[in-house]
Amino acid sequence: MDGNLNALTTIFTEFYYWVTVVFMFLIHVGFCLYEVSASRQKNHMHTLMKNVMIIPLVTITFFLFGWWIYWTFPNFPLFGTLDLDAGRNNLPWSETMGTNLNDHITGVFWAAFLLFSWTAASIVSGSVIERIRSSAFWIHAILIGSVFWIIDAAWGWHYAGWMVRELGYHDAYASGVIHAIAGGYALGVLTVLGPRIGKFDANGVARIIPPHNPWLLAVGIFMIYTGFWGFYAACNVPIISPTLIDGQITGTTWTATNIYLTPTTLSAITFNFLMSLSGGLMAAYIVSKGDAFWTFSGGLAGIITASAGNDLYHPMQALFIGATGVICAYKLHYWVERKFKIDDAVGAVAVHGYAGVVGLIISGFVLWGVPSSPFEGYAAINPIGQLLGALIMFGLLGFLPAYLVTRLQSSLGVLRIPETIELQGLDFVDNQSCELAKEQLAAIEKERSAYGKTRS
Amino acid sequence: MSTIGYQQWAVDLAYVNSIYPFQGSEILMTIIGAVFWLGWHKVQFNQENHQMNEANEAANESSDNP
Repeated sequence: MDGNLNALTTIFTEFYYWVTVVFMFLIHVGFCLYEVSASRQKNHMHTLMKNVMIIPLVTITFFLFGWWIYWTFPNFPLFGTLDLDAGRNNLPWSETMGTNLNDHITGVFWAAFLLFSWTAASIVSGSVIERIRSSAFWIHAILIGSVFWIIDAAWGWHYAGWMVRELGYHDAYASGVIHAIAGGYALGVLTVLGPRIGKFDANGVARIIPPHNPWLLAVGIFMIYTGFWGFYAACNVPIISPTLIDGQITGTTWTATNIYLTPTTLSAITFNFLMSLSGGLMAAYIVSKGDAFWTFSGGLAGIITASAGNDLYHPMQALFIGATGVICAYKLHYWVERKFKIDDAVGAVAVHGYAGVVGLIISGFVLWGVPSSPFEGYAAINPIGQLLGALIMFGLLGFLPAYLVTRLQSSLGVLRIPETIELQGLDFVDNQSCELAKEQLAAIEKERSAYGKTRS
Repeated sequence: MSTIGYQQWAVDLAYVNSIYPFQGSEILMTIIGAVFWLGWHKVQFNQENHQMNEANEAANESSDNP
Protein backbone atom coordinates (compact mmCIF):
# COMPACT_ATOMS: atom_id res chain seq x y z
CA MET A 1 0.00 0.00 0.00
CA ASP A 2 2.27 2.70 -1.31
CA GLY A 3 0.88 6.18 -0.57
CA ASN A 4 -2.13 7.41 1.41
CA LEU A 5 -4.65 7.25 -1.47
CA ASN A 6 -3.75 3.66 -2.24
CA ALA A 7 -3.92 2.77 1.43
CA LEU A 8 -7.35 4.39 1.81
CA THR A 9 -8.69 2.71 -1.32
CA THR A 10 -7.41 -0.67 -0.19
CA ILE A 11 -8.72 -0.38 3.36
CA PHE A 12 -12.06 0.96 2.06
CA THR A 13 -12.38 -1.99 -0.32
CA GLU A 14 -11.41 -4.43 2.42
CA PHE A 15 -13.98 -2.96 4.79
CA TYR A 16 -16.63 -2.77 2.03
CA TYR A 17 -16.45 -6.51 1.31
CA TRP A 18 -16.29 -7.32 5.01
CA VAL A 19 -19.58 -5.46 5.57
CA THR A 20 -21.20 -7.34 2.68
CA VAL A 21 -20.18 -10.64 4.25
CA VAL A 22 -21.79 -9.71 7.57
CA PHE A 23 -24.98 -8.71 5.75
CA MET A 24 -24.98 -11.90 3.72
CA PHE A 25 -24.79 -13.96 6.90
CA LEU A 26 -28.41 -12.89 7.38
CA ILE A 27 -29.34 -14.75 4.20
CA HIS A 28 -28.35 -17.97 5.89
CA VAL A 29 -30.16 -17.06 9.10
CA GLY A 30 -33.21 -16.30 6.97
CA PHE A 31 -33.01 -19.59 5.09
CA CYS A 32 -32.77 -21.49 8.39
CA LEU A 33 -35.85 -19.71 9.80
CA TYR A 34 -37.74 -20.15 6.56
CA GLU A 35 -36.92 -23.82 6.20
CA VAL A 36 -37.71 -24.73 9.80
CA SER A 37 -40.98 -22.79 9.62
CA ALA A 38 -41.99 -24.62 6.47
CA SER A 39 -41.24 -28.04 8.02
CA ARG A 40 -43.57 -29.88 10.33
CA GLN A 41 -42.90 -29.92 14.06
CA LYS A 42 -41.76 -33.55 14.00
CA ASN A 43 -38.81 -32.62 11.74
CA HIS A 44 -37.62 -29.29 13.18
CA MET A 45 -34.21 -30.10 14.58
CA HIS A 46 -33.09 -32.25 11.67
CA THR A 47 -34.24 -29.60 9.23
CA LEU A 48 -32.27 -26.97 11.11
CA MET A 49 -29.13 -29.07 11.40
CA LYS A 50 -29.24 -29.96 7.71
CA ASN A 51 -29.00 -26.30 6.82
CA VAL A 52 -26.64 -25.17 9.58
CA MET A 53 -23.99 -27.74 8.65
CA ILE A 54 -23.80 -26.24 5.16
CA ILE A 55 -21.72 -23.51 6.78
CA PRO A 56 -18.67 -25.54 7.84
CA LEU A 57 -18.81 -28.10 5.04
CA VAL A 58 -18.98 -25.61 2.20
CA THR A 59 -16.47 -23.33 3.93
CA ILE A 60 -13.74 -25.95 4.31
CA THR A 61 -14.22 -27.26 0.76
CA PHE A 62 -14.35 -23.75 -0.68
CA PHE A 63 -11.03 -23.10 1.04
CA LEU A 64 -9.55 -26.39 -0.17
CA PHE A 65 -10.61 -26.22 -3.84
CA GLY A 66 -13.63 -23.98 -4.59
CA TRP A 67 -11.71 -20.73 -4.70
CA TRP A 68 -8.98 -22.26 -6.86
CA ILE A 69 -11.63 -23.41 -9.37
CA TYR A 70 -12.84 -19.83 -9.83
CA TRP A 71 -9.42 -18.58 -10.86
CA THR A 72 -8.38 -21.51 -13.02
CA PHE A 73 -11.57 -22.37 -14.92
CA PRO A 74 -12.51 -19.20 -16.90
CA ASN A 75 -11.59 -20.83 -20.23
CA PHE A 76 -11.43 -24.49 -19.28
CA PRO A 77 -12.25 -26.85 -20.96
CA LEU A 78 -13.74 -25.40 -24.18
CA PHE A 79 -11.48 -22.42 -24.82
CA GLY A 80 -8.20 -23.28 -23.20
CA THR A 81 -6.46 -25.09 -20.40
CA LEU A 82 -6.60 -24.48 -16.67
CA ASP A 83 -5.13 -21.08 -15.80
CA LEU A 84 -2.64 -22.42 -13.29
CA ASP A 85 -0.84 -19.09 -12.96
CA ALA A 86 -4.00 -17.37 -11.74
CA GLY A 87 -4.80 -20.37 -9.57
CA ARG A 88 -1.41 -20.40 -7.87
CA ASN A 89 -2.22 -17.47 -5.57
CA ASN A 90 -5.52 -19.06 -4.59
CA LEU A 91 -4.41 -22.52 -3.58
CA PRO A 92 -5.03 -23.36 0.08
CA TRP A 93 -1.29 -23.30 0.75
CA SER A 94 -0.67 -20.00 -1.01
CA GLU A 95 0.76 -17.25 1.18
CA THR A 96 -2.13 -14.92 0.26
CA MET A 97 -4.62 -17.45 1.68
CA GLY A 98 -3.71 -16.50 5.24
CA THR A 99 -2.68 -13.66 7.52
CA ASN A 100 -0.63 -11.51 5.19
CA LEU A 101 0.09 -7.82 5.73
CA ASN A 102 0.59 -7.22 2.02
CA ASP A 103 -2.78 -8.62 0.98
CA HIS A 104 -5.92 -7.05 2.44
CA ILE A 105 -8.33 -8.22 -0.24
CA THR A 106 -8.07 -11.98 -0.83
CA GLY A 107 -9.67 -12.95 2.49
CA VAL A 108 -12.71 -10.69 2.21
CA PHE A 109 -13.19 -11.38 -1.50
CA TRP A 110 -12.95 -15.13 -0.83
CA ALA A 111 -15.51 -14.75 1.95
CA ALA A 112 -17.93 -12.81 -0.27
CA PHE A 113 -17.82 -15.64 -2.80
CA LEU A 114 -18.11 -18.19 -0.02
CA LEU A 115 -21.32 -16.62 1.25
CA PHE A 116 -22.72 -16.98 -2.28
CA SER A 117 -21.77 -20.66 -2.03
CA TRP A 118 -23.72 -21.07 1.20
CA THR A 119 -26.69 -19.42 -0.48
CA ALA A 120 -26.58 -21.78 -3.45
CA ALA A 121 -26.52 -24.81 -1.14
CA SER A 122 -29.19 -23.36 1.11
CA ILE A 123 -31.56 -22.85 -1.83
CA VAL A 124 -31.38 -26.58 -2.57
CA SER A 125 -31.72 -27.45 1.12
CA GLY A 126 -35.23 -25.98 1.47
CA SER A 127 -36.74 -27.90 -1.40
CA VAL A 128 -35.76 -31.37 -0.12
CA ILE A 129 -36.79 -31.13 3.53
CA GLU A 130 -38.42 -33.89 5.57
CA ARG A 131 -37.26 -36.89 3.53
CA ILE A 132 -33.60 -36.63 2.42
CA ARG A 133 -30.82 -38.08 4.53
CA SER A 134 -28.57 -35.33 5.87
CA SER A 135 -25.44 -37.18 4.74
CA ALA A 136 -26.81 -37.34 1.18
CA PHE A 137 -27.76 -33.68 1.18
CA TRP A 138 -24.37 -32.52 2.45
CA ILE A 139 -22.68 -34.16 -0.54
CA HIS A 140 -24.97 -32.05 -2.73
CA ALA A 141 -24.24 -28.95 -0.65
CA ILE A 142 -20.54 -29.36 -1.35
CA LEU A 143 -21.10 -30.07 -5.03
CA ILE A 144 -23.32 -27.05 -5.66
CA GLY A 145 -21.48 -24.78 -3.20
CA SER A 146 -17.84 -25.59 -3.91
CA VAL A 147 -17.85 -27.09 -7.41
CA PHE A 148 -20.68 -26.38 -9.83
CA TRP A 149 -21.68 -22.82 -8.98
CA ILE A 150 -18.08 -21.75 -8.87
CA ILE A 151 -17.43 -23.32 -12.29
CA ASP A 152 -20.34 -21.29 -13.66
CA ALA A 153 -18.96 -18.21 -11.94
CA ALA A 154 -15.58 -18.78 -13.61
CA TRP A 155 -17.29 -19.13 -17.00
CA GLY A 156 -19.93 -16.41 -16.75
CA TRP A 157 -19.20 -14.22 -13.74
CA HIS A 158 -15.54 -13.41 -14.25
CA TYR A 159 -14.15 -10.54 -16.30
CA ALA A 160 -12.28 -13.06 -18.48
CA GLY A 161 -14.82 -15.90 -18.52
CA TRP A 162 -15.46 -17.57 -21.88
CA MET A 163 -19.23 -17.09 -21.66
CA VAL A 164 -18.76 -13.34 -21.32
CA ARG A 165 -16.28 -13.17 -24.15
CA GLU A 166 -17.91 -15.56 -26.61
CA LEU A 167 -21.62 -15.26 -25.78
CA GLY A 168 -21.80 -11.73 -24.38
CA TYR A 169 -23.25 -13.29 -21.22
CA HIS A 170 -24.31 -10.68 -18.67
CA ASP A 171 -25.56 -11.55 -15.19
CA ALA A 172 -24.52 -8.73 -12.89
CA TYR A 173 -26.34 -9.84 -9.70
CA ALA A 174 -26.51 -13.56 -10.40
CA SER A 175 -29.96 -14.39 -11.80
CA GLY A 176 -28.26 -17.34 -13.43
CA VAL A 177 -24.94 -17.92 -11.73
CA ILE A 178 -26.52 -18.43 -8.32
CA HIS A 179 -30.28 -18.69 -8.67
CA ALA A 180 -30.88 -20.53 -11.94
CA ILE A 181 -28.17 -23.07 -11.20
CA ALA A 182 -29.41 -23.68 -7.64
CA GLY A 183 -33.00 -23.99 -8.86
CA GLY A 184 -31.96 -26.41 -11.61
CA TYR A 185 -29.87 -28.36 -9.12
CA ALA A 186 -32.81 -28.61 -6.70
CA LEU A 187 -35.04 -29.88 -9.52
CA GLY A 188 -32.47 -32.53 -10.42
CA VAL A 189 -32.42 -33.81 -6.83
CA LEU A 190 -36.21 -33.65 -6.45
CA THR A 191 -36.81 -35.59 -9.66
CA VAL A 192 -35.07 -38.62 -8.14
CA LEU A 193 -35.86 -38.05 -4.46
CA GLY A 194 -39.64 -38.04 -4.92
CA PRO A 195 -42.35 -36.32 -2.90
CA ARG A 196 -42.99 -36.43 0.83
CA ILE A 197 -45.43 -39.15 1.92
CA GLY A 198 -48.93 -37.75 1.62
CA LYS A 199 -48.07 -34.86 -0.69
CA PHE A 200 -50.14 -36.34 -3.53
CA ASP A 201 -53.45 -38.16 -3.15
CA ALA A 202 -54.34 -41.42 -4.90
CA ASN A 203 -55.38 -39.48 -7.99
CA GLY A 204 -52.09 -37.62 -8.10
CA VAL A 205 -53.58 -34.34 -6.96
CA ALA A 206 -51.20 -32.29 -4.81
CA ARG A 207 -52.14 -31.62 -1.20
CA ILE A 208 -51.01 -28.48 0.57
CA ILE A 209 -48.62 -29.15 3.46
CA PRO A 210 -48.86 -25.73 5.12
CA PRO A 211 -45.92 -24.09 6.92
CA HIS A 212 -46.34 -24.74 10.64
CA ASN A 213 -45.35 -21.17 11.52
CA PRO A 214 -46.20 -18.54 8.87
CA TRP A 215 -45.01 -15.68 11.07
CA LEU A 216 -41.53 -17.14 11.55
CA LEU A 217 -41.48 -17.85 7.84
CA ALA A 218 -42.15 -14.16 7.16
CA VAL A 219 -39.30 -13.18 9.49
CA GLY A 220 -37.05 -15.58 7.61
CA ILE A 221 -37.90 -14.03 4.26
CA PHE A 222 -37.32 -10.52 5.61
CA MET A 223 -33.91 -11.65 6.84
CA ILE A 224 -33.16 -12.93 3.35
CA TYR A 225 -34.25 -9.59 1.86
CA THR A 226 -31.89 -7.83 4.27
CA GLY A 227 -28.99 -10.10 3.48
CA PHE A 228 -29.68 -9.61 -0.20
CA TRP A 229 -28.50 -5.99 0.12
CA GLY A 230 -25.11 -7.33 1.08
CA PHE A 231 -25.26 -9.80 -1.80
CA TYR A 232 -25.85 -6.97 -4.28
CA ALA A 233 -23.08 -4.81 -2.88
CA ALA A 234 -20.71 -7.77 -2.87
CA CYS A 235 -21.26 -8.23 -6.62
CA ASN A 236 -19.65 -4.83 -7.25
CA VAL A 237 -16.11 -3.60 -7.25
CA PRO A 238 -16.64 -0.53 -5.06
CA ILE A 239 -14.02 1.78 -6.54
CA ILE A 240 -11.52 1.38 -9.36
CA SER A 241 -9.68 3.61 -11.83
CA PRO A 242 -9.77 3.20 -15.62
CA THR A 243 -6.01 2.73 -15.49
CA LEU A 244 -6.37 -0.25 -13.21
CA ILE A 245 -9.16 -1.75 -15.34
CA ASP A 246 -6.83 -1.37 -18.31
CA GLY A 247 -9.61 -1.67 -20.88
CA GLN A 248 -11.28 0.68 -23.33
CA ILE A 249 -12.64 3.18 -20.79
CA THR A 250 -10.89 6.53 -21.28
CA GLY A 251 -10.26 9.45 -18.92
CA THR A 252 -9.43 9.40 -15.22
CA THR A 253 -12.86 9.13 -13.59
CA TRP A 254 -12.91 6.42 -10.95
CA THR A 255 -16.04 4.32 -10.79
CA ALA A 256 -17.79 1.40 -9.18
CA THR A 257 -18.16 -1.58 -11.51
CA ASN A 258 -19.90 -4.90 -11.64
CA ILE A 259 -17.91 -8.16 -11.63
CA TYR A 260 -17.19 -7.71 -15.37
CA LEU A 261 -15.52 -4.34 -14.62
CA THR A 262 -18.19 -2.42 -16.58
CA PRO A 263 -19.41 0.72 -14.83
CA THR A 264 -22.44 1.04 -12.57
CA THR A 265 -23.22 2.74 -9.26
CA LEU A 266 -24.36 1.57 -5.85
CA SER A 267 -27.16 4.12 -6.19
CA ALA A 268 -28.42 2.48 -9.40
CA ILE A 269 -28.64 -0.95 -7.89
CA THR A 270 -30.40 0.45 -4.82
CA PHE A 271 -33.12 1.89 -7.06
CA ASN A 272 -33.48 -1.35 -8.92
CA PHE A 273 -33.32 -3.66 -5.93
CA LEU A 274 -36.25 -1.92 -4.31
CA MET A 275 -38.28 -1.55 -7.50
CA SER A 276 -37.86 -5.19 -8.52
CA LEU A 277 -38.72 -6.26 -4.96
CA SER A 278 -41.89 -4.17 -5.20
CA GLY A 279 -42.80 -5.47 -8.64
CA GLY A 280 -42.36 -9.02 -7.38
CA LEU A 281 -44.47 -8.48 -4.26
CA MET A 282 -47.28 -6.80 -6.19
CA ALA A 283 -47.42 -9.42 -8.93
CA ALA A 284 -47.21 -12.30 -6.44
CA TYR A 285 -50.02 -10.88 -4.33
CA ILE A 286 -52.30 -10.69 -7.36
CA VAL A 287 -51.36 -13.98 -9.00
CA SER A 288 -51.58 -15.94 -5.74
CA LYS A 289 -54.71 -14.08 -4.61
CA GLY A 290 -53.02 -12.73 -1.51
CA ASP A 291 -51.36 -15.97 -0.36
CA ALA A 292 -48.77 -14.92 2.23
CA PHE A 293 -46.22 -17.62 1.35
CA TRP A 294 -46.19 -16.75 -2.34
CA THR A 295 -46.33 -13.00 -1.78
CA PHE A 296 -43.21 -13.07 0.43
CA SER A 297 -41.43 -15.41 -1.97
CA GLY A 298 -42.57 -13.28 -4.89
CA GLY A 299 -40.63 -10.31 -3.56
CA LEU A 300 -37.51 -12.43 -3.66
CA ALA A 301 -38.34 -13.80 -7.10
CA GLY A 302 -38.85 -10.25 -8.38
CA ILE A 303 -35.34 -9.27 -7.34
CA ILE A 304 -33.92 -12.49 -8.76
CA THR A 305 -35.59 -11.96 -12.14
CA ALA A 306 -34.25 -8.43 -12.53
CA SER A 307 -30.82 -9.21 -11.09
CA ALA A 308 -29.15 -10.07 -14.40
CA GLY A 309 -29.47 -6.47 -15.59
CA ASN A 310 -30.06 -4.47 -12.41
CA ASP A 311 -26.74 -2.68 -12.94
CA LEU A 312 -28.21 -0.98 -16.00
CA TYR A 313 -32.04 -1.09 -15.93
CA HIS A 314 -34.24 1.91 -15.29
CA PRO A 315 -36.13 1.42 -12.00
CA MET A 316 -39.48 1.10 -13.83
CA GLN A 317 -37.97 -1.58 -16.05
CA ALA A 318 -36.75 -3.40 -12.94
CA LEU A 319 -40.27 -3.23 -11.49
CA PHE A 320 -41.98 -4.75 -14.55
CA ILE A 321 -39.27 -7.33 -15.18
CA GLY A 322 -39.54 -8.42 -11.54
CA ALA A 323 -43.31 -8.70 -11.85
CA THR A 324 -43.09 -10.69 -15.09
CA GLY A 325 -40.67 -13.19 -13.60
CA VAL A 326 -42.91 -13.81 -10.63
CA ILE A 327 -45.96 -14.57 -12.78
CA CYS A 328 -43.93 -17.02 -14.89
CA ALA A 329 -42.37 -18.68 -11.83
CA TYR A 330 -45.71 -19.08 -10.07
CA LYS A 331 -47.44 -20.61 -13.10
CA LEU A 332 -44.49 -22.88 -13.87
CA HIS A 333 -44.34 -24.13 -10.27
CA TYR A 334 -47.88 -25.46 -10.33
CA TRP A 335 -47.62 -26.78 -13.87
CA VAL A 336 -44.47 -28.78 -13.03
CA GLU A 337 -46.01 -29.98 -9.77
CA ARG A 338 -49.13 -31.27 -11.56
CA LYS A 339 -47.35 -32.70 -14.57
CA PHE A 340 -44.27 -34.32 -12.98
CA LYS A 341 -45.41 -34.75 -9.35
CA ILE A 342 -42.49 -32.72 -8.06
CA ASP A 343 -42.75 -31.83 -4.37
CA ASP A 344 -40.71 -28.66 -3.93
CA ALA A 345 -41.43 -27.94 -0.27
CA VAL A 346 -40.53 -24.25 -0.35
CA GLY A 347 -40.95 -23.37 -4.02
CA ALA A 348 -37.19 -22.96 -4.43
CA VAL A 349 -37.09 -24.24 -7.99
CA ALA A 350 -39.66 -21.62 -8.99
CA VAL A 351 -38.42 -18.66 -6.95
CA HIS A 352 -34.76 -19.18 -7.81
CA GLY A 353 -34.64 -21.41 -10.87
CA TYR A 354 -37.51 -20.32 -13.10
CA ALA A 355 -37.28 -16.66 -12.07
CA GLY A 356 -33.53 -16.71 -12.74
CA VAL A 357 -33.98 -18.24 -16.20
CA VAL A 358 -36.77 -15.82 -17.12
CA GLY A 359 -34.62 -12.93 -15.91
CA LEU A 360 -31.70 -13.97 -18.11
CA ILE A 361 -33.91 -14.31 -21.19
CA ILE A 362 -35.57 -10.93 -20.66
CA SER A 363 -32.23 -9.21 -20.10
CA GLY A 364 -31.01 -10.49 -23.46
CA PHE A 365 -33.69 -8.44 -25.20
CA VAL A 366 -33.70 -5.38 -22.95
CA LEU A 367 -29.90 -5.05 -22.99
CA TRP A 368 -29.40 -6.17 -26.61
CA GLY A 369 -26.19 -4.65 -28.04
CA VAL A 370 -24.82 -3.33 -24.73
CA PRO A 371 -21.07 -4.05 -24.36
CA SER A 372 -20.59 -6.94 -21.96
CA SER A 373 -17.03 -5.98 -21.06
CA PRO A 374 -14.67 -3.00 -21.00
CA PHE A 375 -12.18 -5.08 -22.99
CA GLU A 376 -11.88 -5.36 -26.74
CA GLY A 377 -13.07 -8.44 -28.61
CA TYR A 378 -15.96 -9.40 -26.34
CA ALA A 379 -19.42 -10.17 -27.76
CA ALA A 380 -22.16 -7.70 -26.90
CA ILE A 381 -25.13 -8.74 -24.76
CA ASN A 382 -27.73 -10.52 -26.93
CA PRO A 383 -30.79 -12.77 -26.57
CA ILE A 384 -29.12 -15.94 -27.88
CA GLY A 385 -26.15 -15.58 -25.55
CA GLN A 386 -28.43 -15.05 -22.56
CA LEU A 387 -30.65 -18.00 -23.53
CA LEU A 388 -27.62 -20.28 -23.92
CA GLY A 389 -26.34 -18.96 -20.62
CA ALA A 390 -29.64 -19.82 -18.94
CA LEU A 391 -29.49 -23.36 -20.35
CA ILE A 392 -25.92 -23.81 -19.15
CA MET A 393 -26.73 -22.54 -15.67
CA PHE A 394 -30.07 -24.28 -15.09
CA GLY A 395 -29.52 -27.42 -17.15
CA LEU A 396 -25.87 -28.28 -17.74
CA LEU A 397 -24.36 -27.22 -14.40
CA GLY A 398 -27.54 -27.41 -12.30
CA PHE A 399 -30.04 -30.11 -13.20
CA LEU A 400 -27.73 -32.63 -14.90
CA PRO A 401 -25.07 -33.23 -12.23
CA ALA A 402 -27.69 -33.17 -9.48
CA TYR A 403 -29.77 -35.77 -11.28
CA LEU A 404 -26.80 -38.07 -11.89
CA VAL A 405 -25.41 -37.87 -8.36
CA THR A 406 -28.85 -38.34 -6.82
CA ARG A 407 -29.47 -41.38 -9.03
CA LEU A 408 -26.19 -42.82 -7.77
CA GLN A 409 -27.13 -42.15 -4.14
CA SER A 410 -30.53 -43.72 -4.73
CA SER A 411 -29.02 -46.85 -6.25
CA LEU A 412 -26.68 -47.17 -3.24
CA GLY A 413 -29.63 -46.81 -0.85
CA VAL A 414 -28.20 -43.74 0.90
CA LEU A 415 -30.55 -41.06 -0.40
CA ARG A 416 -33.84 -41.18 1.44
CA ILE A 417 -34.81 -41.82 5.06
CA PRO A 418 -36.82 -44.99 5.79
CA GLU A 419 -40.59 -44.69 5.50
CA THR A 420 -41.24 -45.45 9.18
CA ILE A 421 -39.01 -42.57 10.23
CA GLU A 422 -40.57 -40.22 7.70
CA LEU A 423 -44.00 -41.01 9.13
CA GLN A 424 -42.95 -40.65 12.77
CA GLY A 425 -40.72 -37.66 12.08
CA LEU A 426 -36.96 -37.27 11.90
CA ASP A 427 -36.87 -35.94 15.46
CA PHE A 428 -38.81 -38.97 16.73
CA VAL A 429 -36.06 -40.40 18.95
CA ASP A 430 -35.09 -36.97 20.31
CA ASN A 431 -38.72 -36.08 20.88
CA GLN A 432 -39.36 -39.41 22.58
CA SER A 433 -36.42 -38.83 24.96
CA CYS A 434 -37.65 -35.31 25.57
CA GLU A 435 -41.17 -36.50 26.38
CA LEU A 436 -39.76 -39.16 28.72
CA ALA A 437 -37.60 -36.56 30.49
CA LYS A 438 -40.61 -34.23 30.84
CA GLU A 439 -42.70 -37.06 32.30
CA GLN A 440 -39.94 -37.90 34.79
CA LEU A 441 -39.57 -34.27 35.82
CA ALA A 442 -43.34 -33.91 36.24
CA ALA A 443 -43.39 -37.03 38.41
CA ILE A 444 -40.55 -35.71 40.59
CA GLU A 445 -42.28 -32.33 40.97
CA LYS A 446 -45.54 -34.03 41.91
CA GLU A 447 -43.77 -36.19 44.47
CA ARG A 448 -41.96 -33.15 45.99
CA SER A 449 -45.18 -31.20 46.07
CA ALA A 450 -46.99 -34.01 47.90
CA TYR A 451 -44.06 -34.29 50.36
CA GLY A 452 -44.20 -30.52 50.99
CA LYS A 453 -47.94 -30.66 51.72
CA THR A 454 -47.46 -33.56 54.19
CA ARG A 455 -44.77 -31.60 56.09
CA SER A 456 -46.85 -28.46 56.35
CA MET B 1 12.63 -17.70 18.59
CA SER B 2 9.22 -16.76 17.21
CA THR B 3 6.70 -19.01 15.44
CA ILE B 4 5.78 -16.24 12.98
CA GLY B 5 9.32 -15.34 11.95
CA TYR B 6 9.44 -11.93 13.69
CA GLN B 7 10.72 -11.46 17.22
CA GLN B 8 9.94 -7.73 17.35
CA TRP B 9 7.88 -5.22 15.33
CA ALA B 10 10.83 -2.96 14.49
CA VAL B 11 10.20 -3.57 10.80
CA ASP B 12 9.03 -1.67 7.72
CA LEU B 13 5.54 -3.11 7.13
CA ALA B 14 5.94 -2.64 3.37
CA TYR B 15 8.26 -5.65 3.44
CA VAL B 16 6.20 -7.86 5.73
CA ASN B 17 4.07 -10.56 4.11
CA SER B 18 2.84 -13.65 5.96
CA ILE B 19 2.74 -13.50 9.73
CA TYR B 20 0.99 -16.75 10.67
CA PRO B 21 2.81 -19.38 12.74
CA PHE B 22 4.71 -22.29 11.23
CA GLN B 23 5.15 -20.87 7.74
CA GLY B 24 6.40 -23.56 5.39
CA SER B 25 3.98 -26.18 6.67
CA GLU B 26 1.01 -24.97 4.56
CA ILE B 27 0.80 -28.11 2.42
CA LEU B 28 0.91 -30.34 5.49
CA MET B 29 -1.85 -28.25 7.11
CA THR B 30 -3.92 -28.55 3.93
CA ILE B 31 -3.51 -32.33 3.90
CA ILE B 32 -4.54 -32.54 7.56
CA GLY B 33 -7.54 -30.29 6.77
CA ALA B 34 -8.61 -32.52 3.87
CA VAL B 35 -8.28 -35.67 6.02
CA PHE B 36 -10.33 -33.99 8.77
CA TRP B 37 -13.03 -33.04 6.24
CA LEU B 38 -13.29 -36.51 4.67
CA GLY B 39 -13.05 -38.23 8.04
CA TRP B 40 -15.91 -36.11 9.31
CA HIS B 41 -18.14 -37.44 6.53
CA LYS B 42 -17.18 -41.01 7.38
CA VAL B 43 -17.91 -40.59 11.09
CA GLN B 44 -21.15 -38.69 10.41
CA PHE B 45 -22.36 -41.34 7.97
CA ASN B 46 -21.78 -44.10 10.53
CA GLN B 47 -23.51 -42.09 13.27
CA GLU B 48 -26.46 -41.40 10.99
CA ASN B 49 -26.80 -45.09 10.13
CA HIS B 50 -26.84 -45.92 13.82
CA GLN B 51 -29.43 -43.22 14.55
CA MET B 52 -31.59 -44.34 11.63
CA ASN B 53 -31.59 -47.93 12.91
CA GLU B 54 -32.37 -46.77 16.43
CA ALA B 55 -35.21 -44.54 15.20
CA ASN B 56 -36.55 -47.29 12.97
CA GLU B 57 -36.68 -49.73 15.88
CA ALA B 58 -38.29 -47.15 18.16
CA ALA B 59 -40.86 -46.29 15.49
CA ASN B 60 -41.67 -49.97 14.94
CA GLU B 61 -42.00 -50.57 18.71
CA SER B 62 -44.23 -47.54 19.01
CA SER B 63 -46.53 -48.78 16.24
CA ASP B 64 -46.61 -52.29 17.79
CA ASN B 65 -47.65 -50.88 21.22
CA PRO B 66 -50.08 -48.08 20.52
